[in-house]
Amino acid sequence: MIQGIDYAAIAPPLILAVAALGLLLADAFEVPRRVLGVLCGGALGAALIAVAVLAFGDRRATFCLPTSLRGTGPRSCSYVADDFTLLFQGVVLAAALVVVLLSLREIVDSRIPAGEYHFLLLAAVIGAVTLVAARDLVLLVVALETLSLPIFALVALRRYDGLASEAALKLFLVSVVSAAVMLFGISLVYGATGAMHLDRIALSLETLPGRMEPVVAAGVVLLLAGFAFKVAAVPFHFWAPDVYQGAPLPVAAFLSVVSKAAGFAGLAIVLALGFPAFGHVWGPLVAVLAAVTMTLGNLLALRQRTAIRLLAWSSVAQSGYMLAPLAVGNHRLPEAVAATTAYVALYAVMNLGAFAVVIAFRNRAAAPRWDTLDDYRGLARSNPALAAALAFFLICLAGLPPGVMGLFAKVVVFRGVLAGDVTWLAVVMAVNTVIGLYYYLVWAVKLFAAPVGRPAEPAPGMAVRAAVAAAFAGSVVLSIAPQIVLQTVSAAS
Amino acid sequence: MIFLLLTAIPLLAALALLVPAGRFLPGDAAVARFGVAVSGATLLVALSAVTAFDFGAPERMQLEIDRAWAPAIGLRFHLGADGVSLPLILLTALLTFLCFLYTAKHPPAGDRVRLFTALLLVLEVGLLGTFVALDLVLFFVFFEVVLIPMYAVIAIWGGAGRRAAAYKFILYTLLGSGLLLAGMLLVGVNAGTLDMTELAARHGSGLTHGVQVTAFVLMGLGFAVKAPMWPLHTWLPDAHTAAPTVGSVLLAGVLLKMGTYGLVRVALPLAPDGAAFWAPWLGLFAVIGIVWGSLACLAQTDLKRMIAYSSVGHMGFVLLGIATLTPVGVNAALFGNIAHGLITGLLFFLAGAVKDRYGTGDLRELGGGMLTSAPRLASILTFASVASLGLPGLAGFWGEMLALLGAYKPHADLPRTTFVVFMAVGALGAVLTAAYFLRMLARITHGPVPDARLTAGPVAAVSRYEYAAWIPLVVLTLLVGLWPKTLLDVTTAPVRALLGGG
Repeated sequence: MIQGIDYAAIAPPLILAVAALGLLLADAFEVPRRVLGVLCGGALGAALIAVAVLAFGDRRATFCLPTSLRGTGPRSCSYVADDFTLLFQGVVLAAALVVVLLSLREIVDSRIPAGEYHFLLLAAVIGAVTLVAARDLVLLVVALETLSLPIFALVALRRYDGLASEAALKLFLVSVVSAAVMLFGISLVYGATGAMHLDRIALSLETLPGRMEPVVAAGVVLLLAGFAFKVAAVPFHFWAPDVYQGAPLPVAAFLSVVSKAAGFAGLAIVLALGFPAFGHVWGPLVAVLAAVTMTLGNLLALRQRTAIRLLAWSSVAQSGYMLAPLAVGNHRLPEAVAATTAYVALYAVMNLGAFAVVIAFRNRAAAPRWDTLDDYRGLARSNPALAAALAFFLICLAGLPPGVMGLFAKVVVFRGVLAGDVTWLAVVMAVNTVIGLYYYLVWAVKLFAAPVGRPAEPAPGMAVRAAVAAAFAGSVVLSIAPQIVLQTVSAAS
Repeated sequence: MIFLLLTAIPLLAALALLVPAGRFLPGDAAVARFGVAVSGATLLVALSAVTAFDFGAPERMQLEIDRAWAPAIGLRFHLGADGVSLPLILLTALLTFLCFLYTAKHPPAGDRVRLFTALLLVLEVGLLGTFVALDLVLFFVFFEVVLIPMYAVIAIWGGAGRRAAAYKFILYTLLGSGLLLAGMLLVGVNAGTLDMTELAARHGSGLTHGVQVTAFVLMGLGFAVKAPMWPLHTWLPDAHTAAPTVGSVLLAGVLLKMGTYGLVRVALPLAPDGAAFWAPWLGLFAVIGIVWGSLACLAQTDLKRMIAYSSVGHMGFVLLGIATLTPVGVNAALFGNIAHGLITGLLFFLAGAVKDRYGTGDLRELGGGMLTSAPRLASILTFASVASLGLPGLAGFWGEMLALLGAYKPHADLPRTTFVVFMAVGALGAVLTAAYFLRMLARITHGPVPDARLTAGPVAAVSRYEYAAWIPLVVLTLLVGLWPKTLLDVTTAPVRALLGGG
């Protein structure tokens, strides 16, 4: 049986896949490193353009069930390019492009094989781009694994470094376990409903016999656990700090932005499209997860002394804020999904900015490694532009003016939570923003303090500077015109 | 449009100061003049807003601007003013201008005048914006704008213990604003609009009792931290003691008013049932604040710290007025706001001047005889002190008197006996206020000059810039005290409208 494929809809992952194969071939013929970088960035740029073009068109769907198999059910398409998908694809691709910019110097400094690095990066992005478009559980799992597998290798690419190998192993073990847990959950859901397409699952759950309910509930909880690992939510968070520290910094940035965005997109898709009927099961569970994640992340971030571990714990805490709107269960769920989406997109810009500055600042090749927070003292004197950018990103993450973008992100999440009547979670969030502000502010203040000893004098290359500038420009634009992100998504479909 | 201009002028000026010093306004003197000019222009805009304001209908929102900003979350760029906010706008613009005037000749210790000017201008944006915003989220944005500049002003130019005081200030107030945001959005999502005029006109109809009670306690806590209400006031004395003179003036003069203004503008009209539920508690904490503040003042040895605690007491009267939920009480609160802004602003200017001249703010080290060694400074200090303790005929009197009067006859839904007790205790607090101010005056202005001071040489005379900064406050304290009706007339009608009395 042959079914038509809408190639326009799948253009973004398709472009990337072709480019990834091309990269691998080019590397075999010893094409210079610089060209490989340009090729990788170019592919991401082309995919981004494809997404932008698609955004002007209507919703597209492909890999649908043929009419003969559909029966009386819904269309059941596996791959859907709607506003939700395209926004996430845009975020993922733009962030990946910035990560490529950040990587160029790191590849040289850390003696990472360039061909492999770019290929693996593209492969992971293909996974992310497909994941956000997937609307059936099989494609979701395949995409999730496509996203995860290359990352183990990316983390371990600094082969001589024990820390990197340990990080990769940790990531691998946790990831494999969570994938197994998730698959088990899916098998339970399939057993109970007999469907893999999310729209069919949602339909059959409405007429589910009572005795099957515990089975599906267990399945949902296990599915949730799988995604909780991906977004580094408690109790599947403990890999994050070690992996961020051991991995090459651009890969850490990729994990905390691209991988996390894709994870949240997947979570939102599964919960909102497949299991709205079980909101009473997963809603309270997500609420507790969110509260514990943000609290634990923030409290542990307070104790960190190095920049990268602080960012790791802060990104765990931020996961808590992103989870929070989904705690509403089935009550005003589309608003909650829109809130999570908006927060993820805004967070991507500001967190990537912070990572970019940390990469610009840290210098692996030189003797002093400059990675404790105290090393940042006096940066405002030696490099005012970099210091101002970092201070701005940190204030954005804390959600205070002049980082108006962060404040809007906070407003959106609070709104989503309160719309779903989970007032206690809003209060927990209010307390958490205070803890968060403290460590962001301590770091920001250090930038302007007098240095101890010789101040660090970072000399970031052109590419990294461009990345910082891009993130900064993005933050300023989104501070003035947040509707660019807030308006795009009303719901996933 | 006029209010857009009002917030845009200081904002653009602050952005202009980001240009490197080499290319724009080299030298501290030029920056100081720039600050005076910009804040002067802002004051002129505020004055022109007053002339454009139709005093025949102060309960109506006037000079509005209303544009969509982020429709997805219902956010609109909606500015405007009525009789409640207009006096506060004027007070803010005036105090900021006076602060710049004072800074021009008396720069804060530690220089970096450029950064200082930029931060004060951003602070002014936040303060003015809070008083003109008519959209809940926009209000919140402006409400938060003041945090970072104030934090930096305390942390960079403050005195001893500035680091800890600055953190305490920002963390406390952020906790408040987190709860405030939750409360405001709770009303917003349940009512389906964020527009403050629209929500105020509904008087809570369409919101269940439970939502109103929850929303009011969240918003109330947020504003109470800012106001500050006992027992959430502990950040205030530290912040005031550590902050530079100008920081203290703006903190006491305007920043605290954001809390009480918010209660009147946002919390009361949006959740009236919640207000009725919590009002006795608000009154109780207010009265404890009055007495606590006065008793704490008696125990202070530092001049600035004493004035800071006196603010807790004075804001207690304002909160008591609000807690009565009657037009008389809320009017008294708004009056007390302005009076406290004028008088305490002046007091902090004077405390700064004393500290500059004598090198200490410690009452024991200052000794007595200031009327002999620095007669003019001492006279103005005496004036400000008696104004603050509520001498009839000066501004401080009316706010306290009317608040007590309001407590004698609270809203019909409130337990009258409780409020009469509050009134009695509050009156006792007023007496205590007199006690500590008179004690302070007796200690430092009267008596013989200590020998150590005699040998230290003459005390610097009051400079022209200091007169320029202080005289307007003295004159206004007198005017408002002698003709309270001018101010009360502006606020009465809008207060009735906000309380739903028609």
